[in-house]
Amino acid sequence: MKIAIASGKGGTGKTTVAVNLALALGNAQLLDCDVEEPNCNLFLGFDLEKQEDVTITVPEVDSEKCSLCGKCAEFCQYNAIAKLSSSIMLFPKLCHGCGGCVLVCPENAITEEKRSIGIIEKGTDEHFNIELLQGTLNIGEPMASPVIRQLQAHIDESTVAIVDSPPGTACPVIASVAEMDYCVLVTEPTPFGLNDLALMVDLVRQLDVQFGVVINRHGIGDARVEDYCRAERIPILMKIPNDREIAVLYSKGIPFVEQMPLWKENFRELYRYICKFISYQGGF
Amino acid sequence: MKICVTASNSGLEASVDPHFGRCKYFVLVDSKSMEFESIENGQGSASGGAGVQAAQQVIGKGIDVLITGSVGPNAFSLLSSEGIEMKIFSSGSVIEAIRAYEFGSLESIDSANSPGKSKM
Ligand code: SF4
Ligand code: SF4
Repeated sequence: MKIAIASGKGGTGKTTVAVNLALALGNAQLLDCDVEEPNCNLFLGFDLEKQEDVTITVPEVDSEKCSLCGKCAEFCQYNAIAKLSSSIMLFPKLCHGCGGCVLVCPENAITEEKRSIGIIEKGTDEHFNIELLQGTLNIGEPMASPVIRQLQAHIDESTVAIVDSPPGTACPVIASVAEMDYCVLVTEPTPFGLNDLALMVDLVRQLDVQFGVVINRHGIGDARVEDYCRAERIPILMKIPNDREIAVLYSKGIPFVEQMPLWKENFRELYRYICKFISYQGGF
Repeated sequence: MKICVTASNSGLEASVDPHFGRCKYFVLVDSKSMEFESIENGQGSASGGAGVQAAQQVIGKGIDVLITGSVGPNAFSLLSSEGIEMKIFSSGSVIEAIRAYEFGSLESIDSANSPGKSKM
């Protein structure tokens, strides 16, 4: 079972939901796919161990062989290669690693080299009984999706995997949500929250992933998010109140299910609901 | 000497567009004869790398000088390795830019002065 936790913008409590859900279930994997700013471990404090580098292949031109025909530059859709009067210039950060330039080069002057753009780390903890997998994109690297895909390759299909997606609706979110069994959208009951939620709903519908909504800090703002969900027939899975105890635990970096057993049960209930829902859909 | 000015339209009276990669037109002017040619910036909606494409286009035209407002890092590497002189001029018409250049009153662009945009 693979569940993505997503939200249209940062700061809605997405990570809190992901961490608490994983902890409440136990025997689960938590994948931090917010690779530009992984923060699940702020709540867990696991010792992480590096598993591997994430590499992409980038072309390299052998200037001895190159006849400056310009075919590679003409071919590259991403403008990652340019032809100058006496050399070929490469822009590795624009390259998508499609390998097309290698194929079109008539002189066989282009080879592919590996370049590291990030790392995958893993941490476990006996007390918490979950496994954290974290991807980190190197600073300044523009492409998060390869890191996310490689991170997701570590999913153990026999357990539950909770995926903390990056905020927003761009490529990295699609990479982290697309292959999931279910997506939990976290929002706040405010006009901004509603606006971002509606964008996310459009996205997950396009990706054809089943989804429901968790309203965080319920009690602030108004009822428009709930009205919207009702009108769109979107299940509201949980409402986390704007509660002082939760806020204090949050500010101390303590996952609140650890201190509030009722909430541990609530998160388990949410999971049971999702399982039941998916089995109705014939998914399991 | 062939001078390229980035512009929002074609012709010598067009106003200068300060963004090299995303400008609409390149107006290429021969400073001796004042003959000119306007070409469209073919990058359209290139997803990233607009500066690279724009630079290749004007390099292909054999220019000696580029007058614009800002150049991103990738385009800057290309233009500078071709030895193209880059000058700042961000408001006024193409012809005014050429005159200011000939008068020697334009500042040089010595390093990329726009952050560029290569995020996906
Ligand atoms: S591998 Fe593809 S994206 Fe990269 S430079 Fe070659 S053609 Fe362009
Ligand atoms: S296609 Fe090959 S030979 Fe032609 S310019 Fe590119 S690297 Fe050189």
